[in-house]
Amino acid sequence: MRTRHANLGHEPVTVRARELKVWEALNLALDEAMATDEAVFILGEDVGLYGGSYRVTQGLYAKYGEWRVRDTPISENSFTGLGVGAALVGGRPVVEIMTVNFALLALDAIINMAAKLRYMSGGQFTVPLVVRMPGGVAKQLAAQHSQRLEHTLLNVPGLRVVVPGTPQDSYWQLKQSIDCDDPVIVLEHELLYNETGLFDAEAEPLPLHSAAVRREGRDLTLIAWHRMVPVALQAAETLAAEGIEAEVIDLRSLRPLDLPALVASVNKTHHALVVEEDCRFAGAGAEIAASLHEAAFGALDAPVERVAGLDVPTPYNGLLEQASIPDAAAVVGTALRLLTPRVEE
Amino acid sequence: MQRELARQFLHDMILAREFEQAAADQYQAGNIAGFLHLYPGEEAVAVGSLRAADAGDYVVSTYREHVHALVRGVPARAVMAELFGKATGCSGGYGGSMHLFDRERRFLGGYAIVGETFPVAIGVAYWLRMNNRNDVVYCFFGDGAANQGTFHESLNMAALWKLPVLFLCENNHYQIGTEIHRHTAVPEIWRHTTPYGIPGKRVDGMDVEAVYAATREVLEFVRAGNGPMLLECDTYRYRGHSMADSGAYRSTLEVQELMARDPVKSFRQRALEQGWVNEEDLTDIENAAQRSVEDAVRFAAESPEPDDVRKDVYAEPFHLYGGSR
Ligand SMILES: Cc1ncc(C[n+]2csc(CCOP(=O)(O)OP(=O)(O)O)c2C)c(N)n1
Ligand SMILES: [Mg+2]
Repeated sequence: MRTRHANLGHEPVTVRARELKVWEALNLALDEAMATDEAVFILGEDVGLYGGSYRVTQGLYAKYGEWRVRDTPISENSFTGLGVGAALVGGRPVVEIMTVNFALLALDAIINMAAKLRYMSGGQFTVPLVVRMPGGVAKQLAAQHSQRLEHTLLNVPGLRVVVPGTPQDSYWQLKQSIDCDDPVIVLEHELLYNETGLFDAEAEPLPLHSAAVRREGRDLTLIAWHRMVPVALQAAETLAAEGIEAEVIDLRSLRPLDLPALVASVNKTHHALVVEEDCRFAGAGAEIAASLHEAAFGALDAPVERVAGLDVPTPYNGLLEQASIPDAAAVVGTALRLLTPRVEE
Repeated sequence: MQRELARQFLHDMILAREFEQAAADQYQAGNIAGFLHLYPGEEAVAVGSLRAADAGDYVVSTYREHVHALVRGVPARAVMAELFGKATGCSGGYGGSMHLFDRERRFLGGYAIVGETFPVAIGVAYWLRMNNRNDVVYCFFGDGAANQGTFHESLNMAALWKLPVLFLCENNHYQIGTEIHRHTAVPEIWRHTTPYGIPGKRVDGMDVEAVYAATREVLEFVRAGNGPMLLECDTYRYRGHSMADSGAYRSTLEVQELMARDPVKSFRQRALEQGWVNEEDLTDIENAAQRSVEDAVRFAAESPEPDDVRKDVYAEPFHLYGGSR
């Protein structure tokens, strides 16, 4: 059932379990957060009058006015730093950076300021800042518009990094991020904004950093996030046809990492495979594999493996682009190889 | 000039000079480590500008900020203890010389990445404007920082939204070893605001009265809701850029010339001539400054070390992997 949603400028409507798109869920989360807390304000390029590049802020400018939904010039480092400054004195800014690629120009504000001010001030200041940024490989946007920045942001103590992929998680995790007194980076995937899913505003939310099991299985744990979750689920279908039951875990958060959930799954399946869209070298998958080896070596029947993006800038050509990131066939292939000794038994 | 104010200026400037000398000594003695950027020569800027502020105004400063903090009322003990890295320091020993913070006094930090004070200041000002508050944000920066992109980005946004920021340039003519005519095409920093429609003004930064008067004028403009303004204070640092720098790139003649315009000595002289203080008063002020700095050093030396390395990484500690506990 489709219902009205907040971007029409009405009070948020809550009807149990309806279909919603990811961008609509994010929009609803922002609307509700702004309606309940006047300290919440949005800033970014084209977030206001235009309604947001991916429609996430649609309708909010009309509803809350220009001071709370601020269109900014193309000055990523300074408007993200503006968010940091406002957060120091009581604001709860939600900065939208048009895409992760442009966040590279704001890393000073994110890494040198937001992540460190609480610690450097001996705990006197908090930085309740949210920075949202769409990213990932979309549709032939070429190398400068197809990056994934997990690797850069994960290694920064003081930051939290979440990766919602469903409408329900997008809604919950954005609201929880706004409520959180720490700086939170919300990575969104450009190809997921228009994905539809079941959404229940009244359901009991999962904690911000918990992983979720999307499919249960006993033979192998597939660990994924964002668009690699549907890829892993598709691979699990294929594997099921071969009699292999894969468990699919959606991480939902990369820092902190819900390692206990991964260990629990591996204790059952004894095999793990990380499915990662970001480049393989020094990526999040490397951290996940290493920490699983440390935490659950005894439970593993084989080393944790990774299916990841190739270590190349993303090519423009559509076929090459597809070849540069994992697909279900690659996941199935690696999974079968990983399980070979067991299968042969 | 009122007597009270003159004595305040003298007190602040003499304390500042004394404090920085003690910091240099303690650095040499091995009690202070890391980068230490001292302020002698520039005292009139911090004192003249910050004594014009209201209690509710905010200060965003650089890594050369000990004196800014002192003038804002952060106790000398808390500043010195921070330089020593002690738990009693104004940042608990977690920040050090370049990262002084004092929430209660609205001292929003020393920032050690050149050019960071701009976005932080406009962020605070955005929040003030959004909430119809009357306070002003002081944004300190050096001549070298004016070439950082954030300077221009932030001037633009501050002008667009009429944010209550006082951009205060401490132009000491050097970015470490590079003199201003070698790093800035148009070395009059106050003129850099023209394309943004922001009024700029230049003042003799070696003259505490002039800085005070100019700041009051600028503050009046900013507080009235006219948007930001820039005040460039023409000044000089007597020591090297930091304790690691001897300043060998400057001619002795240049340094001597500027020493002859010492802001502390010249105001001391003027105050005597004007009868705002007598020699006895000056001795009292000097003795008091010395005592307070000695006390600060003793306090810092005797204070405990911080002992929790994981504290305050996150406001809400969590136990999952990658957390703070
Ligand atoms: C972004 C950045 N680049 C370089 C440095 C190294 N650095 C520290 S201070 C400084 C010179 C700054 O000069 P100025 O802004 O004039 O301030 P001053 O030290 O003279 O007060 C430089 C290059 C830095 N801290 N941050
Ligand atoms: Mg300088």
